[in-house]
Amino acid sequence: MEHPRRLFALIGPPSVYLTLFFLLPLGIMAVFSFRAGTIGEARNVFTLEHYRQFIANAAYHRLLWRSSLMAFGIASISTLLAYPLAYFLTFQAGERKLTLMTLIIIPTWTSYLLRVFAWKLILGTNGLLNTLLLSLGIIDQASPILLYSRTAVMVTLVYVWVPFVALPIFAALERIDRSLLEAAADLGCKPWEAFLRVTLPLSAPGVIAGFFFCLIPTLGEYVTPLLVGGGQGAMYGNLIQDQFVRALNWSMGSVMSLAMLLAVIVLLVIFSRMGSFSKLLEL
Amino acid sequence: MSEPAVELRDVTKVFTSTRGDLAEEVYAVQEMNLEIAQGEFFTLLGPSGCGKTTTLRLIAGFERPTKGEIFIHGQPMSKVPPNLRPVNTVFQNYALFPHLNVARNVGFGLEVRRVSRPERERRIHEALDMVQLAEMSNRRPSQLSGGQQQRIALARALVNQPAVLLLDEPLGALDLKLRKAMQIELKQLQAQVGITFIYVTHDQEEALTMSNRIAVMNKGRVLQVGDPVTLYEKPASHFVADFIGESNFFRGVVEAVSGQLVEVQVSGTRVRATAGALPPSSGQEALFAVRPEKVRLIISEESIDGALRGVIQEVIYIGTDTRYIVNVEAQSPVAVRVQNGCGIAPQEYRRGDVVQLSWLPEDAHLLAD
Ligand SMILES: Nc1ncnc2c1ncn2[C@@H]1O[C@H](COP(=O)(O)OP(=O)(O)OP(=O)(O)O)[C@@H](O)[C@H]1O
Ligand SMILES: [Mg+2]
Repeated sequence: MEHPRRLFALIGPPSVYLTLFFLLPLGIMAVFSFRAGTIGEARNVFTLEHYRQFIANAAYHRLLWRSSLMAFGIASISTLLAYPLAYFLTFQAGERKLTLMTLIIIPTWTSYLLRVFAWKLILGTNGLLNTLLLSLGIIDQASPILLYSRTAVMVTLVYVWVPFVALPIFAALERIDRSLLEAAADLGCKPWEAFLRVTLPLSAPGVIAGFFFCLIPTLGEYVTPLLVGGGQGAMYGNLIQDQFVRALNWSMGSVMSLAMLLAVIVLLVIFSRMGSFSKLLEL
Repeated sequence: MSEPAVELRDVTKVFTSTRGDLAEEVYAVQEMNLEIAQGEFFTLLGPSGCGKTTTLRLIAGFERPTKGEIFIHGQPMSKVPPNLRPVNTVFQNYALFPHLNVARNVGFGLEVRRVSRPERERRIHEALDMVQLAEMSNRRPSQLSGGQQQRIALARALVNQPAVLLLDEPLGALDLKLRKAMQIELKQLQAQVGITFIYVTHDQEEALTMSNRIAVMNKGRVLQVGDPVTLYEKPASHFVADFIGESNFFRGVVEAVSGQLVEVQVSGTRVRATAGALPPSSGQEALFAVRPEKVRLIISEESIDGALRGVIQEVIYIGTDTRYIVNVEAQSPVAVRVQNGCGIAPQEYRRGDVVQLSWLPEDAHLLAD
């Protein structure tokens, strides 16, 4: 600690920011989770009742589990789609790399809500997809299941996330020294063997980062399920939102939020165990 | 004679790079013809950008020739991808796999070729022993010094027992002392394993130390191929005489030719030289080169038959030798090297002395310009 003042100047602003916008709200939420009620006298009574209710209610657990599975599926599919995209950009696009990259990023500048609404137009009963399938004679009746389903939520979220998952993968692929691939070929690898033995392991940190960047926010997602999910596509985030906005049961909402936070922390521990987090920082 | 290990027939490589609507063509390798014998230590020598790396990459299969054909052990290579060619490369930047430890780096080629595990481990161990790094087998490449990485790269290539090993300036990143030690080690290793080495360097001393034969390249062309002694003693062109070792160049007019012996008028004096491959005719302009250690200095104001008159401009004592810079009328300053052997007093001659410079006709070579 040679320059305590400079050190303070460096970590000061972020710590103020984190305290104000992260630790403080979290603390308030933790306090609320123990309050008997949201308004009136009940505010000042502290109880473990909401925790007991949460633990007793299997429906909550099921939804949390189902949402986790959905988030896991969305992150997996996004990664599977993003990898070839990033691979193409890195190794095949050549001089068009920058142009294509911009084309991929531009939609993300428009409002998130707008993009989700766009999918509503595509998936709706009178939407683009149904109309197309009808006119091609593939189906003879407009299918309502395209919208307001878990599938709709997943399709929309995958669409939203693919560019963001592709970015860290792209960065990891870009960093691979091309002479390593030549060395692999020189040592007898066919192109796909070189991919499996060299490209894939060396891009793993980007893949894992992209996967978790998608997985964690998706777990708490509530806007997309609200717009395109309907009853069946609802996620855990919608349940929390209901507690705060409709039931005005902030205490229950807080308990549920904390439960999700715990789930995220478990995921993060797995993340760092996979060793990629430290590697990302190091590279 | 057995067939050559590697043969290049009329190989040309053109790189086309487009900048905007401007297409630029770079002739990296031009009409190259080479025959490299089995078990030979063959060196490609030339200044930066002359096409050495490109030549190696053509042989390894990373680039395709624009024209011509490459043969390895008599087999045409135009349709053979790099992974199927019987060659291995030691890359200039080593290109070790950062995610694998030393043992797995070395065993990479064997693993790909599905060599059984016990056999693989035996050969990895052997290869690591050969480069004296057996105790490093669990380290990652990033935990090794440059010299150690270089040896691992070598072991990784040699373990596959390729027919031909391609080495692109493998010692370039090492300091002088390590470099000298590795030169000798590499040379011994090559003699021991009997694999054909094609070695790239821009360091003429390194090339002379290690090679059986050297191809001197410039601007994508091979100017001369020969063993170190021939290249040094009988350079065929101005470029080769200048690039390998040091040379004094003289310009003059041919006066008489009798067989190989040529008499040239230089700065008003008749001196003698050897014609070499290009017999000149009288009255023609001529350029020839003489090595500094082949010039004899005689203190004499009087002219001697066949000797150039000069004045010593500078005396530089460098331990084993003394170097003299002599001014000769209408010529570039001439460097002369006199060895400080037994019984020869150092700095025998002084600045300002008038001297006569002479040489044996066979030490002066007429050159292609
Ligand atoms: N991929 C490429 N595209 C365009 N030009 C290239 C390419 N590779 C090499 N060149 C050009 O070809 C010429 C020969 O390059 P090369 O790398 O073979 O030289 P080198 O003899 O290995 O030089 P050095 O000693 O600096 O490594 C250079 O002018 C170089 O700019
Ligand atoms: Mg090179």
